[in-house]
Amino acid sequence: MTPERLRRTMIFLNTQRAALVKDAFVYQPDCVIFDLEDAVAQREKDAARIQLYHTLKDLDYQGIERWVRINALDSDLFQEDIRAAVAGGAEGIRLPKTETAEDVQMVADLVDQAEVAFNRPVGTTMVMAALESPLAILNAYEIATSSPRLMGIALSAGDYTRTMHAKRTVKGLELFGARSQLLLAARAAGVMAFDTVYTDTDDPQGFIDEVKMIRDLGFDGKSCISPKQIGITHDIFTPDPKEVLHAQHVIQAVQANEAKGVGVLTVDGKMVDIAWVEGAKRTLKLAKAAGSYRGDLV
Amino acid sequence: MKNVLGRDIPAEFLTAGREVFQGQYYRDGYTYTKHAPRVNAQVKPGKDKLLPDIEAVVRATGLQDGMTISFHHHLRDGDYIVNMVMKVIHELGIKDLTVCASSLGKAHDYLVPCIEDGTVTNISTSGIRDEIGEAVSAGKLKNPAIIRSHGGRARAIEDGTVKIDVAFIGAATSDPYGNASGKGGKADTGVLSYMAGDAQYADKVVIITDTLVSSPNFPASIEGVDVDYVVQVDAIGDPHKIATGALRLTSDTRELLMAKNAAKCMYYSGFFKDGFSFQTGAGGPSLATTIFLKEFMDQANVKCGWAMGGITEPIVDLFKAGYIHNLLDDQAFDLASVASAHTDPKHFEISASQYANPFNKGAFVNQLDFVILGALEVDVDFNVNVVQGSNGLLQGAPGGHPDTAAGATVTIIVAPLIRSRIATVRTAVTSVTTPGESIDIVVTDYGVAVNPKRTDLLAAFKDTNIPLKSIETLRDLAYEYAGEPKDIEFEDQVVALVEYRDGTFIDAIKKPKWLN
Amino acid sequence: MQLKHKAIAGTLESSDAQIILAPNDGGLHIDLTSSVYEQYGTQIKQLLQQVCHRLNIENANIRVVDKGALDCTLKARLETAYFRAIDQKVDINWEALS
Repeated sequence: MTPERLRRTMIFLNTQRAALVKDAFVYQPDCVIFDLEDAVAQREKDAARIQLYHTLKDLDYQGIERWVRINALDSDLFQEDIRAAVAGGAEGIRLPKTETAEDVQMVADLVDQAEVAFNRPVGTTMVMAALESPLAILNAYEIATSSPRLMGIALSAGDYTRTMHAKRTVKGLELFGARSQLLLAARAAGVMAFDTVYTDTDDPQGFIDEVKMIRDLGFDGKSCISPKQIGITHDIFTPDPKEVLHAQHVIQAVQANEAKGVGVLTVDGKMVDIAWVEGAKRTLKLAKAAGSYRGDLV
Repeated sequence: MKNVLGRDIPAEFLTAGREVFQGQYYRDGYTYTKHAPRVNAQVKPGKDKLLPDIEAVVRATGLQDGMTISFHHHLRDGDYIVNMVMKVIHELGIKDLTVCASSLGKAHDYLVPCIEDGTVTNISTSGIRDEIGEAVSAGKLKNPAIIRSHGGRARAIEDGTVKIDVAFIGAATSDPYGNASGKGGKADTGVLSYMAGDAQYADKVVIITDTLVSSPNFPASIEGVDVDYVVQVDAIGDPHKIATGALRLTSDTRELLMAKNAAKCMYYSGFFKDGFSFQTGAGGPSLATTIFLKEFMDQANVKCGWAMGGITEPIVDLFKAGYIHNLLDDQAFDLASVASAHTDPKHFEISASQYANPFNKGAFVNQLDFVILGALEVDVDFNVNVVQGSNGLLQGAPGGHPDTAAGATVTIIVAPLIRSRIATVRTAVTSVTTPGESIDIVVTDYGVAVNPKRTDLLAAFKDTNIPLKSIETLRDLAYEYAGEPKDIEFEDQVVALVEYRDGTFIDAIKKPKWLN
Repeated sequence: MQLKHKAIAGTLESSDAQIILAPNDGGLHIDLTSSVYEQYGTQIKQLLQQVCHRLNIENANIRVVDKGALDCTLKARLETAYFRAIDQKVDINWEALS
């Protein structure tokens, strides 16, 4: 598993549509999610799955992480979805409508079997769980700690708001509890946390506001449904030059003082200690991904 | 005989001083005598030059077998003039004509039967598409079509390579004495730039309009002193099809991505300075570059001295917002640019010769800092094809491509790497329109390639986030995804010659075998 | 495996291909229409033949309308039509498809 990797954006691609999956890497998302679930018509599930397999096998996605959203566990499709995804060599599988830790474990077992069957190194395929119901949110920590394969947990707001009898609003107050709970669970479990999609692609300002909010809350990234959301999200997750400079100073100062055994020091007029290094490194990594930091401190 | 790009031009076409292409500035300093028309003096007083209909006017010009007639394409897909005039000529049984058009497309399909029965045996054009493109590709035209750039066409008319006997000029408005304009009337085209040379160099000049206005119709793009006859018809074109066609401001993320990278290349090039000049093509991604220019102009705190070319609404918007000081217009592409032409004092009409003719002494293309252009194909030597589809069919237009590319300090091509399954960047282009020495940067959705001879640009882009790749890498990526295309097989028959702007031949296009 | 009935897969969208697979009694017949026929027609036919060979499709009429699909899509559409024609939905031997 590579928890170090940036996953600011994960864009859903309808695997049924050949034109969409052939080269979505040009939009430079951190991850793509080949969707076999909601976007695919019921009678085209087989076609999408076979297209998925060949897309994974034949096309070079230029280092962009490839995830597959399988069909839900109450369907009769997800087992074959997992086999196709693993056989094709997907980096990860996103499980929709996860309710319990056992759901993840069942998927992980099937992934085990598929890895053996298709000669892939056992344990390399990651799993991500999408939480879409009140029960799932209450079980967030158990889900987040359910399997060594589990890379992160993601909120999926559509079903959640419906079952909560809530109304989906632009400000998103109705999701505040779920977002907080999911983040707490992810951080406590040491996995990543991803926010839900923003469905109104004609409202760029609403999208910008939401991404800023979830960045400030602490999410690692956002699920996207349109390529135009990718650049916006990356820009928002890119630290400003002042933050980058400060992060560099923190790391350099702490490194310089480590040898001397000094624990607490002052950088740019603020008290810092060794615990700040982790945050500073995260800042530099984000800046590096955006091209605004080219140094070698991370 | 092979030219400097290795393209074979059959010797039979290298007569009467015709040469093969030898480099973009080969004819710098070339000396020639300008062609002069034979003019019928109009001495007697009078207030109009009106004739009742097209047939009367064709008869009055004395049009005969073997002559050359000319048309423009300012009415774009809404043009009625070409078909209207050709029908009359066809019925009169005149044969063996040369049609010298500024561009030909789907509005001009009546030329196809004229080609098939020998009414038209030669074509010279800056664009060749749709049914006419297919007919010429199939070898139905008796002699090879000559494909010329806009600047090359103006040059050929002025240096006498083309001698126009009768110019048929559709004009939005005219007074009875032939002062004609692209402005006003029912089929407003804003400007008539491509006909300025035709009016001055043709032996006979005919104005066809649907809107007669009282004299003087000033400012006049075509002046009455050059005009023999005026004829009024019901309609010269369909106004709804004049302003549409190629143009739309894209919302496609992929095109926007390329456009942003093109604008970024301008910004970091070292030439993005106050008072800079630029031109963009009308294709989606090159047009979209203008969206990002404003942002980069703010960032660099610079303004644009002048923008040129086919003028479009996004350009007019920047002009009105004070980001561009002057517009030099040789073609108004949409309603906003038509409305602004002449009406806004700093929106100037220029002639095709002023725009791009390499043989005059002041073409504006020579002063361009940047041009953003499209491409059907680009090869690893940076040669560009905008005339011929990858299946061998004629389906494009050089327009001002070779002219602006040769003139501009920084020439940027913007094109998707793969269209459907067709690779844009490839080992060799099907035919060359613009030589690689004119091309500096190729922006694709898979990355940006800089011509290695532009070491200055490579250095300027080094520490930026422009996704640089070699042109060979782009070609390899295209082939990896699309598969390497099989070479198209051609017959020996040459169906079109691509004339470089200076009059040399840059390529000869043959009939694809599959068209048999 | 013997085709049980006629089956269709794919669409006529750009970058896709529509493939109709029908059983017959006498050999493999591929009828290809393609927007990129001049450049890729031969390659596409070869590819489809390879897929048929791997899947042991010996007696079939295959009608392909290609809109510039990449190889991976052409393979996927033919295989989809095949699995539909033999009514197989699960336990696909994925590794045998490449």
